[in-house]
Order: sequence, then C-alpha cells, then structure tokens
Amino acid sequence: MANQDRPNPYFRNLNAKVAATPMILTTMIVFVGCSLWTVIYSFSASRALPVNEFVGFAQYERLFNTSRWNKSVENIAFYGIFSLVFSLVVGFVLAAFMDQKIRFENTFRTIYLYPFALSFIVTGVVWQWILNPTLGLQEAVRSLGWESFTFDLIADRDTVIYALLIAGIWQGTGFVMALMLAGLRAVDDEIWKAARVDGIPKWKTYIFVVIPMMRGVFITTLVIIASGIVRLYDLVVAMTAGGPGIASEVPAKYVYDFMFARANVGQALAASTVMLTTVLIILIPWIYLEYGKKKKG
Amino acid sequence: MTTMEAIGPRPKRILDPTRIMIYSVLIVAALYYLLPLYVMIMTSLKGMPEIRLGNIFSPPVEVTFEPWIKAWDTACTGLYCEGLKVGFWNSVQILIPSVIISIAIASVNGYALSFWRFRGAEVFFTILIFGSFIPYQVMLYPLVIITRELGIFGSLAGVIFIHTIFGMPILTLLFRNYFASLPQELFKAARVDGAGFWGVFLKIMVPMSPPIFVVAIILQVTGIWNDFLFGVIFAGTKNFPMTVQLNNIVNTTQGVKEYNVNMAATILTGGVPLLIYFLSGKYFVRGIAAGAVKG
Amino acid sequence: MDRIRTALAATTILAGSVAASATELEVTHWWTSGGEAAAVKVFADAFNESGNTWVDGAIAGGGNARPIIISRISGGDPMGATQLNTGRDAEDLVKAGLMTDLTELAEKEGWADIIRPAKLLDACRYDGKIYCVPVNIHSFQWMWLNRGVFEDNGMAVPTNWSEFAEAAPKLREAGVIPLAVGGEPWQINGMAGVFTVALGGVDLYRKVNADKSAEAAASPEMTQVFEAIAAARDMVDDGYVGRAWNDAANMVITGKAGAQIMGDWAQGEFGVAGQTAGKEYDCLPGLGVHPVLDTGGDAFYFPKPADDNPDTVKAQLDLASLLVSKAVQVDFNLKKGSLPIRGDIDLSAANDCMKKGLAILENPDNILPSGEQTWSSDTQGQFEDLWVEFFNDPGMTPQEAQERYVEIVENAD
Repeated sequence: MANQDRPNPYFRNLNAKVAATPMILTTMIVFVGCSLWTVIYSFSASRALPVNEFVGFAQYERLFNTSRWNKSVENIAFYGIFSLVFSLVVGFVLAAFMDQKIRFENTFRTIYLYPFALSFIVTGVVWQWILNPTLGLQEAVRSLGWESFTFDLIADRDTVIYALLIAGIWQGTGFVMALMLAGLRAVDDEIWKAARVDGIPKWKTYIFVVIPMMRGVFITTLVIIASGIVRLYDLVVAMTAGGPGIASEVPAKYVYDFMFARANVGQALAASTVMLTTVLIILIPWIYLEYGKKKKG
Repeated sequence: MTTMEAIGPRPKRILDPTRIMIYSVLIVAALYYLLPLYVMIMTSLKGMPEIRLGNIFSPPVEVTFEPWIKAWDTACTGLYCEGLKVGFWNSVQILIPSVIISIAIASVNGYALSFWRFRGAEVFFTILIFGSFIPYQVMLYPLVIITRELGIFGSLAGVIFIHTIFGMPILTLLFRNYFASLPQELFKAARVDGAGFWGVFLKIMVPMSPPIFVVAIILQVTGIWNDFLFGVIFAGTKNFPMTVQLNNIVNTTQGVKEYNVNMAATILTGGVPLLIYFLSGKYFVRGIAAGAVKG
Repeated sequence: MDRIRTALAATTILAGSVAASATELEVTHWWTSGGEAAAVKVFADAFNESGNTWVDGAIAGGGNARPIIISRISGGDPMGATQLNTGRDAEDLVKAGLMTDLTELAEKEGWADIIRPAKLLDACRYDGKIYCVPVNIHSFQWMWLNRGVFEDNGMAVPTNWSEFAEAAPKLREAGVIPLAVGGEPWQINGMAGVFTVALGGVDLYRKVNADKSAEAAASPEMTQVFEAIAAARDMVDDGYVGRAWNDAANMVITGKAGAQIMGDWAQGEFGVAGQTAGKEYDCLPGLGVHPVLDTGGDAFYFPKPADDNPDTVKAQLDLASLLVSKAVQVDFNLKKGSLPIRGDIDLSAANDCMKKGLAILENPDNILPSGEQTWSSDTQGQFEDLWVEFFNDPGMTPQEAQERYVEIVENAD
C-alpha cells in the first residue's frame, strides 16, 4: 500500500489530505454534528420544535412501551434479513446471466433498472392494486375460472410483510444487478481464460474465484441495501400505510410520523437514536474485520 | 455446466440448453419487472370512467392520450395549471451540477482512501458510512441551520450542496471499493513513471473505471432527479424541481385522484433516468483493465 | 342574488383600494386537486386585485407539506402565509413567537361576532391573542349510501346505523360488501370517532373529547362503541389495506359496496361521477342517529417575516382580512365543497347535503368539539394507532382496547 513510513507525518500525503477536505468537513460537521444533535435532543421534551428541556430517559421509556414501535422493530428485522438475502442473490444471478454475452443486454438491463427510476408514490399504488385480492392478480386468475386461487398476502396481518418484500425487491434489485455487473466486468478476462484452461467448471469459478475478487463490490452493495432497509419508508407509505392495523409499520415511518405529523420531536429522536445505536452495533464487528486485520498485517 | 462458450465470440447455436435456461430466467424475471409497468401504461391510456370499473389488467376499450397531454401540459399543481413541464428545466439545472460535483468529490475521496491512506482516514470513512444510515428527516433541522449560516439556503447552491453531502457516503464507498480491486501494479508503475496524486487519478484511474462511473451516474441521476424533499426545502421557490409538480399532481388527500394522469406523469418524470440507463449501455464493457495494462 | 354579488364585489374593491403598495407574498398550502386549486384561485385572485401579488407555493399532501413548512419557519426562511389545520398544529410555532399577531385586525373587523361557530376562532387564540384565520369547515360525521344497492336487493334504504347493521348480512348474501373502508390510518381513526358520537351519544363524546374525562372513557357506553366497531370488522372486505378513501367512495358509487363513513369531501367524488344526493346516493350526518357535526377545517397562519418587514406584515393583514370577507367566503367554499365560517352569507347554490350540514350548524348544540382542538397531535396519533390496531386485529378484545383508550386519555397532555 501507499503507507510507507516517512518522517514528517503532516506533509505526507498532503495532496490526498487536501483532496479529502470536503469529506472530512462533511463527516465532522454534518454527520457527527447531526448524530450528536439527535442523541442530545432525544433526552428532551421537544414537541414541534427542539427545546432545551431535558427529561432523562422518559422518551425511551415511552418508546419501548409502544406496541407500534415494537412491531416496527420486529418488521424491519424480518424484512431486512429477507430483503438482504434476496437482493444479493437475485441481483448477482441476474448480473451473472447478463454477463454471458447475451443478446439485447441493453434492453434487459433497462427493464430491470426501470423500477429504480420511477417515483414510488405511484408504483407503490400499482403494487397495491396488483396484490389487492379484490382488484389484482387473485381476482384476475379467479375470473379466468380458477375460483379457489388465493393470493392475498397484503390483506393478512401475518403475511403483509411478504407483500412489501415483493415490491421492495422489484424496486431495488435492478441497481444491485448493475453494481454486480460493473464488478463482474472489472474481473480480468485473463482470470476466465486461466480457469478455462484449468478445466474448472464455470459455477465453481464464480463461487471460488470471482466472488472473492468482488469482495469490495459486495461490501458496497451490502451497505447500499442495508442503508435502504434502515430508511425503508416510501414503500410502506405508498403500499399499506402501515396496515393492516400496525402490521407493516417500520421504524423510519415511526420517526417521520413523530417528527412532523405528531409534532413530538423528542420521541422521534429517541427512536432515531435507537436506530443509529443498532446500526453502530452491527457496524462495529465489520469495522474490526476491515481495519483490525490490516493493522496486524 | 461444461460449456464455456460464454467467453469468446458470440455463440452460433441458439438452442443450447444452458442458453435456453439463461434466457428463460432473464425473460421470466423481465415479466415480473414489467408487470407493474404494463398496469401503469394500460391505466394511463384509459379514461376515468373505465378506471372506476376496476379491471387493472384489461387493455383500454377506448385508447386516449389525453392523460399524457394533461400530465405534461395542463395538470393543475395548485394555482398554476401548466403540468409537469414547468419544473423540467429547474430539475435539469439542479441535476447536472449536483451529479458532476458529487461524483467528482466522491471519486477523489475513494481514490485517496484506496491508494493514499493518511492517518485517520479510516475513522472519517467509517463515520461517513455510518452517516448513510441516518434517516434524512432527522437531519433536516440541523441542515437548514447549516445552509442558512453558509448563506446558501433557498438557492441552487444550497440544494447542490445538500445532494453532494448525501451522495458522499455511498459514492465514496463505491469508488473506494472499486479502486481497491484494481491491480496495485498499475499504481506502482505509474508512480515509478513519476505521476503524482492527480496524474495517477486522471491518467490511470479514471480511464480504467467507466463501469463504476456509470453506476455512480445511475445512482445519482436517479436519486437527484427523483428527489422531492431536499429540492423543495433547500432549492427555494424559484428552483422547485419537477418532482414538486409530480407530487402535486399525484398526491392529494381530499381531492379526486386521476390515476390515469398520475401514471402518465410518473412515467414522464422517470424519462430522464430511463434514458440514462439505456444510453449507459456501451460503458458497461469488459476488459478495460486488461487494455490499460497493455496500453 | 345579483344584487348581493355586486354589493359583495364593491366591498372587495373597497378593501382592495386601501392597499396601495404591491407586496409579494408567498403562500404555501396543500390544495392541489382540481376543485381545491379552483378554490385557492379565489383567494389568489382576490389578493392580486387588492394590489398585492400572490406567489403560489403548493405542495401536495399535508404529510409532505408540514415538514417543509415547519422547517422553513423554524429555519428562518418563512413564507408569507401558510395553510395549516385548525387546532394545535402550530401551537409550538406560536409559542416560539414566530407568528404574526392578528388580534388588532380581528378586533377591528369584529371576527368574534361573525365567525361561527365561535370555537373556530378559539382554536386560533393563544394567550388571548389571535394568530390564525379559519377559512372553512369540514366535518367527518357523514355516512354515504348507495341507494340502488339496497333497493335492488329488496331492502329499504337505511336511515340510521342500526338499520344499516341489520341490512349488512343481507348485503353480504347478495354479494355486496356492506361497508367500504380505506386502509389509511386517518380514515379508520375518523370512522371510530364517528362511531363514538353516533352510538355513544353527544354527552359521552363531549366528556371524552372536550373534558378529557377518563371516567367517561371507561364507561359502559364507551364499551358499546368498542363492541360496535368490533362488529363492523365483519362488514368490510379484505382488500382494504392501503386503499385510498376515494377508491372506497368509488366502491359505493359503483355499487360494489353499500356505504362508506367519510367526511363531507366525499361528496365531490359522487358529484364527479354525475350522481345526485337523494337520487343515486344518500348522506346521513352522524350516521342518522345523532345529526351532529364537528368543525374541523383549515386555517391560515402568517409567519413573522425574517426582517420584520412592515410591508410584508401589511400584506399579511390584507390577506387575512380578505380570507374572512363575505365574497371570498362564498366563492371559496362553493368551489371547495366545504361550509363557510360565517353564517351571514347566501349559499343558495349549495347542494342538498351541504344544506343539510348548514342546517345542523344553525344550532350550536349540534356542534361537536373536534379532536384536533382538544388533543395534541401526539395524543391524536396514539388514538389513531389504537383504533387502527383494534379494527384490524380480531384478537384484540373491546375490553383490552378500552383499557388502552382510558390510559391514553389519562396521560393526554
């Protein structure tokens, strides 16, 4: 790496430091600043506007006693795991297939990507129609003569989360595919040639050679998918408005509702702090893996 | 799985079982992706009385392009009834500088982080990644205050600044991890040839990375073009992006919902990112790394 | 009629002539659909005629607009005027001293005497001063029925809730969904409120929603309300998740469903579909049991300009004065489909359901306190969560729900 030890540490990599100034400022002022602001005011009794009236853990006590919040946490854990796995698998498989020198690659890629380009306010409504038992697929199949056909995921409290998954994956996997495709295309042709010469089957080359080489792309994808999951909001609002009942509520919606519609900034920030803490807890092992190793090595 | 024809010249046998499998998967997936678009297009070509009948999959009995014209030209968004077209140029004005600046800064960040690590760089980078998980809504108040203090609140510069900040975590990550996967030998060779920080970046890294730049452009064009919240808060009334009109056409609480116009408006608004996706095709190419080594 | 209009026009011109200098005022609101936009235009035209300039800042959807409005006001870049719901929406902004005080103008024009019902203006009062202008009245306590559905199946069209509840199983048999509901929380919350007043009685409603009495919330009358809502679970279809209110109204219009409980804005949908009250559809205020209405609605607030610019303040006062003026009130409410805030104007152009509503408002006893004015948005949100959860979860008994209800009332701020 470029980390050779040289005497004067301040002028080493001066160009890099200058180039990274915008990043350093953004990090310190915006992200650290906003996180601190969030944490501090989560202990306040702020209503519509942030006020300096501190009430200890009262907001947190209320938060954890609210069934809607507890349901939100449960939902996001479930949605998160499934959406992460499906997005990665579907995205990678599509990208790998697209990488087989297929015809109409441009068309296929645009088809998989287009959901990403359309506002979810409306595409969410369309999914809601399609999944709606009295309007969508169930009704269409029944009217073709299959009377007992049932497809009412969205109507049932226990399955509505799958309905969100269907639409969420539809919207998000296209971009994952594009990322993976870019990663695959960075893999040198020589690797493939070498694998072919050695007679290694293609699927093995993918799993044991190509995927490890794409580690960086996978991490990028993972972070993008994960931050999308944590911020999951539009999809729920457009498709189910959190329903039936509170069955499809999610944390970001809780934060947003309390921040504005319910004019309780303190409660919103407490929820947000819990979200950030959770992210931090998940990130710490990753940071350790990513950097801990290199220091030793 | 013994055939290896995918690498090399285009295959001549089309009825190869592996390829049939590949195409079937791609086509089935395409159908899943296209189903909502089909519903949207059908709905956008129907009149409201036909939509009220509630057959979402049936093609229109009487095709009308009225909703499309209305969405673009005459739909009311509050007091003005000029459709989506009003905000188009505003959106372009926000889009172009925001995309260029955010990608320029983030690609340099990524490059510095993967080849020129300095003390503390990893700490900043980690916080940056952490930043991508903060819900946007929480940051509104502090950001209004920051931009106001900088004197750019309610201006084009303000909204470009915000897009650059919010694009930074993911984009930096994207470039850092991509550059890190490039062969170190290239970097070392260029350094031996006497290239400096910027020289290596412009002459070696950028030419080697079209696919990742395309992915970054896809990400930013989509995000910025579809952004509503930041545009409406930070850009100022004069620079309201097209999504403000889209939202005003689509989103009504107590008024009549014209689904046909909504669908047409959504597809029209998505036009710019869609065009970018399609045109980006030829930059998704293989073998650039190899070419750079040889050249 | 013509004479009245001329007279009204004259007062507008008179009011207008006072304003000499032209000032631009940016006005944010979330009225963007066709009818709403036409209604806003009444305001804008009147304001422009007065020599000022209305700069329109429409942002659809209260949920979208509110964060923008609040962050701009608190961020120090206030608009000239903005729509917000009547009630406690803006309380904190007023408390923080961010709103222009309208008291002087209100006293000069005698708003307290002309605005009816009086509590509309009370909602704008803070510390004895007036900070907003109510512009219209919307009420939720309406039930809309498709007459044809009942007649075609050999039933009398219900005139109250119990008749409807009796007819519901027969509608089911006939393949009609008895009750159309939408899935957005505010719709179910509103419906629950209508049940409270229609089945629990006005007294109960008043004790809970005005006096915040936990005792009343725990009473057996309230238990009945919970039971009735539990019973209504069986009257709906299973496709209502996320359904917009207008799609539910549309089910009633097309005869897929028998009835819907929804605010007075729903009649716009019937109108667009070419239907007439009393012929194709019926409207029952207070579910036909207690014909009472609450008086929610919209109000305009005027954030203090950043530099306390006297011209802007003057333009704000001009606009405030116009909003309550007779001519503007008539035109605006006819276009919006809402009821005017003053009783001394002629609304002969109103349709049957609107007239029913006006007649009910004549008697002050028929006017309910609206939840918006009693409960903070936070508490309302808790009610909303409870009703939505209760309505959708058959496993939740009325007793459990009532316990939580009482708890919310007790802890309300």
